[in-house]
Amino acid sequence: MSDHNGIILSVNDLKTYFQTEDGVVKAVDGITFTLEKGETLGIVGESGSGKSVTNLSVMRLIPEPPGKIVNGDIIFNGIDVRALSIEEVRKIRGKRIAMIFQDPMTSLNPFLKISTQLMEVTRLHLGHSKQQARAHALKMLKMVGIPDAESRLNNYPHEFSGGMRQRVMIAMALSCDPELLIADEPTTALDVTIQAQILELIKDLKERMGTSVILITHDLGVVAGMTEKIIVMYAGKVFEQAPTKELFSTPANPYTKGLLKSVPDPAHEQGAELYQIPGLPPDVAHLPPGCPFAERCDRAQDICRVEYPPFVQINENHHSLCHFAREVYAESIREGGVK
Amino acid sequence: MTETNGNSLLSIQNLQVHYKLGGGLFSSVKTVKAVDGVSLDIKKGETLGLVGESGCGKSTLGKAILRLTEPTGGKVLYGGRDLAHLPQSAMREQRKCLQMIFQDPYASLNPRMTVGNIIGEPIRTFKLAGDASVESRVQDLMETVGLSRRFIKRYPHEFSGGQRQRIGIARALAVNPDFIVADEPISALDVSIQAQIMNLMERLQAEKDLTYLFISHDLRAVRHLSDRVAVMYLGKIVELAESKDIYAGPLMPYTIALISAVPVPDPEIEARRERIILTGDVPSPINPPKGCHFHTRCQYAIPECKTIVPSLVEIKPRHKAACIRINSEHPHIEENAAAGLGAIGS
Repeated sequence: MSDHNGIILSVNDLKTYFQTEDGVVKAVDGITFTLEKGETLGIVGESGSGKSVTNLSVMRLIPEPPGKIVNGDIIFNGIDVRALSIEEVRKIRGKRIAMIFQDPMTSLNPFLKISTQLMEVTRLHLGHSKQQARAHALKMLKMVGIPDAESRLNNYPHEFSGGMRQRVMIAMALSCDPELLIADEPTTALDVTIQAQILELIKDLKERMGTSVILITHDLGVVAGMTEKIIVMYAGKVFEQAPTKELFSTPANPYTKGLLKSVPDPAHEQGAELYQIPGLPPDVAHLPPGCPFAERCDRAQDICRVEYPPFVQINENHHSLCHFAREVYAESIREGGVK
Repeated sequence: MTETNGNSLLSIQNLQVHYKLGGGLFSSVKTVKAVDGVSLDIKKGETLGLVGESGCGKSTLGKAILRLTEPTGGKVLYGGRDLAHLPQSAMREQRKCLQMIFQDPYASLNPRMTVGNIIGEPIRTFKLAGDASVESRVQDLMETVGLSRRFIKRYPHEFSGGQRQRIGIARALAVNPDFIVADEPISALDVSIQAQIMNLMERLQAEKDLTYLFISHDLRAVRHLSDRVAVMYLGKIVELAESKDIYAGPLMPYTIALISAVPVPDPEIEARRERIILTGDVPSPINPPKGCHFHTRCQYAIPECKTIVPSLVEIKPRHKAACIRINSEHPHIEENAAAGLGAIGS
């Protein structure tokens, strides 16, 4: 089945829409990307940009109704995910594609010991016996660095701190040695020191097990050190797509540039007013005809408000959704990076 | 530690908030020392940043200053009075001058009140304007924080997170305070909105001569907004210095690790730098480690750290830190450790 060389996931023109009282919300409206084996892809965006819906779609976890994948291909290791029955998807989910979420407290069952929850995964997917599953659970807890793992197995989720719970989630996600790990804001609820631990853990596990990772976050700092390439989403659209270094050094989209400039940089002197993107993210149910960012963009022209922007190819791996993508790119090169 | 210098607006002296836990039939009474002897001077017109991990007591400290949590010891001197010991009625009156902005703009606004009533309530409570002029005062405030006056009849759920935070700020400003505790005001907001709120807070500070205690776990934001920064760990201040000094040259090992943990939005820097990964979590404040609270996670800990409680002393000019392995002659822990210096500080 897998005749793809090196490509583990390819998503082509994916569109996921939601039917709401307010009309059709195009939560994800045409996203295309490929992920190679062992690669880490970052998806960056604000709330409502569609970054989580993209990955729920890949996992076929969109509640239907009101949601629906209306278009596109999702090919995972040669398998057409959209064509699978629910039964078949379940066999992949948790086994070959695993997911960790922002809030480990809501994704663990508070009534069950973590041993039960960890063992369930491998008993179901790998057909482990009780003993095997328990031994495996213990091994996983040790691997993610939970001290005193043996006795911790019998604890309930509330007996762990936030960082430790996230480690348990990661242990569970990696139990079946998945080929793809989707981490949706895995460190947003955690302190910086714990965030650093968890990111280091994901990096380390990725290197050891060769897992491919999709890292969804709103924090540009997190993706800078973790990913090989990045997708920036806004209002359900891919606004920019580039290798990580290039995205940070020479962005070709005004939204990306604005985001990069509005993060206070500890390495720089303070005092000056922080760059701010004006206005609010748009209501995705009522998008204007032109560029969805036009209203907040400091270089918007008349054309931006009436005509939907083209997805301009800057070079082989770098794309930007903007009428003036080439100009913005040239500008970034002249400035020698944003900072 | 009872220096009250002329230009300080607020002087916190040895403030404590201890909670009693347990004490039921089968459990002994335990004490949580959420704030354990904090002394800080907050200067007029400055922004003092307060950083630390969750559970370190930073929010409790902010609330204790305003008596939203009752302190169990120490003083908060403000305008010649000790807020910690004022009767409730007098304290309520004082809240005209001391206000708070909360983290969660969803939970801190009454969903059944219109924006006009939310912002107008403190004005009416303190009778700061005649009934007839409350509405125009509210509209002015809305304009000040960047909300259209047309929204006055709307309810909180009709606004986005950033706009709600603006409502919270307008409500705090309604009584013309001179001191505001901002408890994680931007953490719940989107990146592009965070910059807006930070700029708004800075503009208001300049216009209205406000003094801020800015509580946050976001070191980038604290660096940007604060003049001075206090670092808190398990109820105690462990380092205090001017913002630029603390980021350029942190002294206390905890601060060094905390700053190194912040991811930098620059892949080139990220690839090069060595991050200090602290092991373990923040220990429980119910039973904090003896001696220096940080010794369980500190790579430089020596046996003395388990017994000696370090005091916050000036290591460099206007730069205090609490660590027994540094002093003013040997301020750098890394060098001291390499040179084999033991317990040289206080």
